Amino acid sequence: VTGGLTIAIPRGSLFEATLDLLDALGISTGEVRSNDRRLVFPGILTVRPSDVPTYVEHGAADLGITGKDVLMEQADRNVYELADLGYGHCRMIVAAPRDADPMGERMLRSGQVRIATKYPRIATDHFAGTGRQAEIVEVKGSVELAPITGLADAIVDLTATGKTLDENGLVEREQIWESTARLIANPVAHRLKAAQIDELLERVRGLG
Amino acid sequence: MIHPVPPGTRDVLPDEMRELRALSGSLHESFERAGYGEVWTPALEYEDVLRRGDENAAGAGFRLFDDRGHVLALRSDPTIPIARLVANRYAGETEPLRLSYFAHAYRAVTRGSGQAREFLQGGIELIGIGGAEGDAEVIALVDSALTEAGLRRHRIGLGDGMLYSSLLAESGIDGERAAPLLESLWRRDLVGLEAQVDGLDVSKPTRDLLVTLPALRGGPEVLDRVPEPGAQHLRAVHELLAERGVGDRVIFDLGLLRDLGYYTGTIFEVLDPAVAFALGGGGRYDELLGRFGEPRPACGAGLDIQRVHVAQIEEGS
Repeated sequence: VTGGLTIAIPRGSLFEATLDLLDALGISTGEVRSNDRRLVFPGILTVRPSDVPTYVEHGAADLGITGKDVLMEQADRNVYELADLGYGHCRMIVAAPRDADPMGERMLRSGQVRIATKYPRIATDHFAGTGRQAEIVEVKGSVELAPITGLADAIVDLTATGKTLDENGLVEREQIWESTARLIANPVAHRLKAAQIDELLERVRGLG
Repeated sequence: MIHPVPPGTRDVLPDEMRELRALSGSLHESFERAGYGEVWTPALEYEDVLRRGDENAAGAGFRLFDDRGHVLALRSDPTIPIARLVANRYAGETEPLRLSYFAHAYRAVTRGSGQAREFLQGGIELIGIGGAEGDAEVIALVDSALTEAGLRRHRIGLGDGMLYSSLLAESGIDGERAAPLLESLWRRDLVGLEAQVDGLDVSKPTRDLLVTLPALRGGPEVLDRVPEPGAQHLRAVHELLAERGVGDRVIFDLGLLRDLGYYTGTIFEVLDPAVAFALGGGGRYDELLGRFGEPRPACGAGLDIQRVHVAQIEEGS
């Protein structure tokens, strides 16, 4: 189905659009769609988005699809980034409570801010790169809670529509970058299976 | 009770050790038969000496002070110590020098899994033979040593570490302007690289070449896509390898870059379908010995013995 290639695809928000892409490429996804619990299919592995680079780097999959946000957070992974797939658009932002400016206030009075995030590396780089001191607090979920409860002054997080931010009384203060889904490849497979990978890549580009 | 060892290091028990010894022995015999005498250098070097070879000491990850306050570093790469050895012990000699080594090297590991802090490298250095002739001798020997060790499916990914930067320089992009593009190429971020190329003020054909070249890989036909004289050197290496009967082992990889700062031309990686990481690699480093006061052309290759062992096991199964 996949021309002898194994592809790791992300469960979660990119899942549906990724399956649609595979269908458009002529890779049948009926089996994947109808088996919600199964993880491994012929030529296809379904894994957490943040695990996709791991599977690809270690060669359990030749190719993978995941968000640029994941690749930025795991920047030292040894994988090829081959194509921007265009879908799964979201933005990494700094957000703070709407009705106050605790971030500015804190910066003024203590010279540093406290930031809650699921992306400690991106947050650290962003604040260091803009010359500000930040104390980064890593949380694993529901990061919007942090400013409401006083755990942090602001958050660094992904947003697609801004709806969750709004519902929690937060507004975007800064954009760090935009992200879309990317096609990645294992470096050894990229050379040893060059013909198959290029053929698939051609078809991906043909869709755009 | 379990007494821990540092992450990225490990013990080896007799069954595995026997196989690793046999593998090292087989490679050693191949190198020795080709005239590459084995040398031994200290695992600890003065950090200053490593820095002379590479500005970040080839990424040395472990440093300590000796009893006199000197900074010592555990070598992260065997080639710089061998360049030092050649400058010290073979100063002024002009005959080609063929050396081999089997040595542990040490590096810091930023991430938890999979990577070793201590790893055994076996390799060769050919000093005093420049150009394609020297490159082909080193690559062909690595190939035949692996074949003699029982590997059947290994390939050589062959590139030119200067190709992309010289194409950029021809378009007037060099120094600080070239650095971010080379960084993207080195990180294998072809999407980011394309966006950066689109931001350059270059002609359409140049733009297309700069975007497509990093993904060019395959047989000698890919060299036709590079404007002359860019691929002349790789063609010459390939011809010499074909004469030695190993031309078919080569996969040209025009986007290949390696992370060590001392390479000056031909670079290569050894690939095997059984292992998701390169088994080893090497290249030409014509300026490294000059940094130690003995300017001589040189080319070398190193293999990660553990990874070669994995490939060997897979061949047997």
